[in-house]
Amino acid sequence: MSQRTKVIAVAAVLLAFAYVIPHSGSYVMLLATRALVFAILAMSVDILLGFAGMASLGQAAYFSIGAYLTAILATKYQFGLGWDFWLVVALAMVLGAATAAFFGLFAVRATGVYFLMITLALGQCVWGLAYRWNSLTNGDNGINVTTRPNFGFDLSNERTFFFLVFAFFAATLLALYVLVRSPFGRSLEGIRERELRMKILGYNTWLHKYIAFIIAGAVGGLSGVLWAFTNGLVSPDTAVLTTSVDALLMAVLGGAGTLVGGAVGSAIVFGLREYLSTLVPWWQYVLGGVYVLTILYLPMGLMGLPARIRQARASSDGMEGTANKLAPTPSLRI
Amino acid sequence: MNAQFWVIQAFNGVSYGALLFLLGAGLSLIFGVMRIVNLSHGAYFLWGGYIALSVIWATGSWALSLPLAALAVAVLGLLMERIFLRPLGFDPLRQVLLTVGFAYLFQQAALDIWGGNNFEIDPPDALEHSVAIGGIYFPLYRAFMIATALVIGIAIWLAMERTRIGAAVRATVDDAQMARGVGIDTNRISMLIFALGAFLAALGGVIGGGFLGIYPGLDFEVLPLAFAVVIIGGMGSLGGAAIGAMLVGLADNFGKALFPELSYFTLYAPMVLILAIRPTGLFGRE
Repeated sequence: MSQRTKVIAVAAVLLAFAYVIPHSGSYVMLLATRALVFAILAMSVDILLGFAGMASLGQAAYFSIGAYLTAILATKYQFGLGWDFWLVVALAMVLGAATAAFFGLFAVRATGVYFLMITLALGQCVWGLAYRWNSLTNGDNGINVTTRPNFGFDLSNERTFFFLVFAFFAATLLALYVLVRSPFGRSLEGIRERELRMKILGYNTWLHKYIAFIIAGAVGGLSGVLWAFTNGLVSPDTAVLTTSVDALLMAVLGGAGTLVGGAVGSAIVFGLREYLSTLVPWWQYVLGGVYVLTILYLPMGLMGLPARIRQARASSDGMEGTANKLAPTPSLRI
Repeated sequence: MNAQFWVIQAFNGVSYGALLFLLGAGLSLIFGVMRIVNLSHGAYFLWGGYIALSVIWATGSWALSLPLAALAVAVLGLLMERIFLRPLGFDPLRQVLLTVGFAYLFQQAALDIWGGNNFEIDPPDALEHSVAIGGIYFPLYRAFMIATALVIGIAIWLAMERTRIGAAVRATVDDAQMARGVGIDTNRISMLIFALGAFLAALGGVIGGGFLGIYPGLDFEVLPLAFAVVIIGGMGSLGGAAIGAMLVGLADNFGKALFPELSYFTLYAPMVLILAIRPTGLFGRE
């Protein structure tokens, strides 16, 4: 499939999604809203993992910073409940980016597993503050965000809110797509494939990775704002390690380096976790099993499934040479 | 804040550190040999505790539950390494991501088997007392934790330093490729170390069950602590894990007692600094 067909296909799927979901009942719409918020977070992981080859286990930090900022402004200062909602979005992105700019000074020079560990430690710092800094975060109880913004559009209407989150998702996807197709995105991919070569070619690889880290922080902050209003409760759970792990899992499950893979992964995780769990008690085996099988057999994630099927077909036709040509280049590398 | 406060907090910190040593040592060794961080290590800890509970319910023997639980989890770890991690070859990132999947699978299975309740593992009566020294009461159980970690730590250290297989492990940690070159079966070494790591984590789970309790979610609660131990001490270094565990145990205890609002921050911020300044940890080698 050419790049153009892919873009059209994704746009068509998204439009169909935006049309079908509001007609599918309030429960499905709620689920879809949640999944979209996490899809944004998963995309922020993917910018790092899929394009720069940096596996972050601390993305919940920016997510929770955005969420706490929103919750604190809304409950303590009644700020962000009207037109100033857009200010909060901007503030959260700036704060997410600023935090990432600070954290990145420590994290970006580390590579591979060390990067994973240092982002985990940074994420734990934020979690520790959220959990214990009672006067600011209300500790373990968290902060209830009871009202949603109303700026002409009343977001307490679930359908309006769904469309807002959807619009944010689509805008983020578009912006990040433009980013990864830009020369900057190309050089990130170059760094992922072989950092040393990029250095020799004269690229400042640290700066490229640092900027990617900051962008991921800003996107994480944005998803946090939406989560505060989606969930209605901002507790240390937003910052906890498993949130970071979830986001990473979604990006990998859908397919690292594809951006939309994060949305696929998020849809599957939320679908299984919140929908299948009401039907069967063993849903988490399905999630874990699908995930393990993906890692073992689909290095490109579920988005790599079509290519994999073509490859299998080609090789069953006895065209070994074609199969090799179609073999996906492993993009996950340390 | 008199001397008594400091002594008690230090004792608590060291005994907590002893527990963290059991948890972190395995993680550190696994990293040293296989260059992966095992994110299902917390699950081994949890499973150790749960299996011990089942053994205690079935036989009534706490002493029996220690080795049985640790061995059972060691077998689990071994199977996981053989069947799933090894076929991925030497691809650390995919292996790490795979251990995430297993962390979820173990979590769900534990919930199915043992339910969602909080349990305590009651130690035998002999360890439930406290001993008074200089007017300060020291719980025997915590002393037992320190003693166990000491014995295990020394045993592993001797095995590493004095035996042929220990030398092979050290060679693999230093340079796996070179070790393979001189004929060391690094494949077998990584299997052995993975099982040993799971064994130690499970042992920690049984012992920790006596004062942390055993409950769903404990796996992801102890995991970052294990990371802290390994990061501060340096990955792949046993002595580093011991010192890292003591530092984390003490920082956690004193942090909670002295700066409750910042307590976790005081634990993880030094971890970030150490990683940033010396990515290989205080005692790690690159």
